[in-house]
Amino acid sequence: MLHEPANNNDVVDNAINYKATLGLKLFAAYGVFYLGFILINVLKPSFMKTEVLFGVNLAIIYGFTLIIVAIAMGLIYNAICTKKENEMNKQEAA
Amino acid sequence: MNYTASRIAVLVFLMFVGFVLGISFYFARKAKSAEGYFAAGGTIHWFVNGIAFAGDYLSAASFLGICGLIATMGYDGFLYSIGYLAGWIVALFVVAEPMKRLGKYTFTDALDSKFNSKSIQLMAAISTLAVSLFYLIPQMVGAGVLVTPLLGWPHWAGVIMVGAIVITIVATAGMTSTTYVQFLKGGLLIIFSTVLVVAVLNKGLSTEAGENTFVPRTIEAASVSPTATIEHGGKTFVKIVQDGTANWWIDQQDGTLLEAQSKTITAKGELLYNGAPKEANKLKSVGYITKLPDGQTKTGRLGLFKYFSTIQGSEVVRYPKSKFAKFDDGGDHVCVFVPVITAGEDLMIPGQKFKLKSGIGKLNFISLMLALFLGTASLPHILIRYYTVPSARDARKSTIVAISGIGFFYILTLFMGLGAMTLGVIDVESGNMSAPLLAKSFSLVLFSVISAIAFATVLGTVSGLIVATSGAIAHDLMDNYMGIKMTDKQKVFAGKIAAFGVGIIAIILGIAFNGMNVAFLVGWAFAVAASANLPSIIMLLFWKKTTAKGIAWSIGVGMVSALAIILTSPNMYAQFGINATPIHQLNQPGIISIPLSFAILVIVSLMSQKKADAVKA
Repeated sequence: MLHEPANNNDVVDNAINYKATLGLKLFAAYGVFYLGFILINVLKPSFMKTEVLFGVNLAIIYGFTLIIVAIAMGLIYNAICTKKENEMNKQEAA
Repeated sequence: MNYTASRIAVLVFLMFVGFVLGISFYFARKAKSAEGYFAAGGTIHWFVNGIAFAGDYLSAASFLGICGLIATMGYDGFLYSIGYLAGWIVALFVVAEPMKRLGKYTFTDALDSKFNSKSIQLMAAISTLAVSLFYLIPQMVGAGVLVTPLLGWPHWAGVIMVGAIVITIVATAGMTSTTYVQFLKGGLLIIFSTVLVVAVLNKGLSTEAGENTFVPRTIEAASVSPTATIEHGGKTFVKIVQDGTANWWIDQQDGTLLEAQSKTITAKGELLYNGAPKEANKLKSVGYITKLPDGQTKTGRLGLFKYFSTIQGSEVVRYPKSKFAKFDDGGDHVCVFVPVITAGEDLMIPGQKFKLKSGIGKLNFISLMLALFLGTASLPHILIRYYTVPSARDARKSTIVAISGIGFFYILTLFMGLGAMTLGVIDVESGNMSAPLLAKSFSLVLFSVISAIAFATVLGTVSGLIVATSGAIAHDLMDNYMGIKMTDKQKVFAGKIAAFGVGIIAIILGIAFNGMNVAFLVGWAFAVAASANLPSIIMLLFWKKTTAKGIAWSIGVGMVSALAIILTSPNMYAQFGINATPIHQLNQPGIISIPLSFAILVIVSLMSQKKADAVKA
């Protein structure tokens, strides 16, 4: 059996490499942020008790920030990728 | 606890199940071809697919397991929320578009797209089966958990009912119906969880326990005559007969005794709660605040941040499973539920479940966070959803919709879990019921709707998992690996037969693992997925020297090592009552099995370099 893609994947996308590189950079940035959370918990868990915002401790603020940053990075990544796809694939078409 | 069904709960529940089955039969028309059955024809809109992603992902583990874990262990449960969501970063930035471009029906297609290797087809299909089965266990456990308070049925009956409904759904319509069930359910779950959190914040916090919450009495030790005294785990337990009922009290070593709740299986096999038969409803829900900041007794309505800061300054009574005292009193097997008073500031940081002061605790913590981060992008039932949309761009967009919905829901889990912890609604025997019981404490209608949605959650997730496994069997194993020539129709039929078989296995496992926290069980599924699948996906995409043999070995070693560590872990010993000392202390395998899988892939690939075999640039 052939392992061909399901749909519309024969459409040429000139932005593949750009998107892959951007994705890896954003992944690395988030990875560092996530690693910071793990390291604080492992090396100095009591530091997580520090009140940082409106009397709420670092553990909760850091945890919420990890979630919110993931959403924000996703939206930014999509906006940049969509723009690049439109630019690079339009050039090809022209 | 003893649960009785309410008419409204049953009615709402039946409406939901009927609706889900209706969707299933309606979309059955679109599932005649293999592509329709396994990948919904690749025609789902990215927004619908994104919410369906959320529906798939916000399974019993998220709603029941995480909330339950937070309710009993505090912030440690929220670690799962953080890790589960972070995993989507890997899915979005690294895996989504390439998987869509390379695959057709299953993730095995993507892995094998550049090789056409029998060994990859076999190992990836086995890995899909192993991961999906591990993921199925907590869903089925969750099904039983939901049905108990909703319909008053025993756990096993709920598991069997879910199995039967899901087999019907999958055997009729496949991926299209699963997608729309997940879309509706994912959306409703987020909406009604928000309602629940608003109710929690409106109620605020109080030191007055609810009328159904267990508040232990204290008596002078000298004022009573114990009928038995047992020393266990550094504590003294005293049996006292009052009003003809014998129950256990804890000696506080200051001349007083603290009342405890207990479960006894007598020598004759009779089950007693607090010394009375289950039907007497003596076992009460637990968890309440003993002290609020500044001597308050009631806060009233609280804002988002104020809610957390108030709990940080409070003191809470919890009943962690690890503190339960199990001993024999003559021929009776006794379990005393021992309360633990914990300062809020300790509850709101990691450390109650993961003992971060010990080496093994740190290792388990790192291992879990690694597996959660890397596991999402390697879950077969998540990966197949990339084939239900028309293009790579749609795959990306649907992933972002998923992240937004899932991220928002995970923020809500902390409020729901803490709400259950402080409002005294926890079933001491099963933290998994915390979120539905929290809803019940506000309104029976809210409880009915939320339980029905949660039940639909289980139905949808189990359906997705069974579609993934039936695809692995019919498409990857029978068609690709074994080379059995089948028409499109025969392939769909084979998939449905496979779905039936997997459904039966899931029912058996769901009954066997009753009582374990479902989020914890899903953590294991993530570890197996991250160990078996992720190294292959990553290296295939980014390392040109990757070979077919390297991928097959990596999947095999990753899967076997993760499973071996899990099956010999202390938690597994505890679940099945094995009294022997575990051969190791690691409960989370990721920290060993994931790097091992990467290393094996590199070594085998380097040893098997051939021009034709290596990934073409």
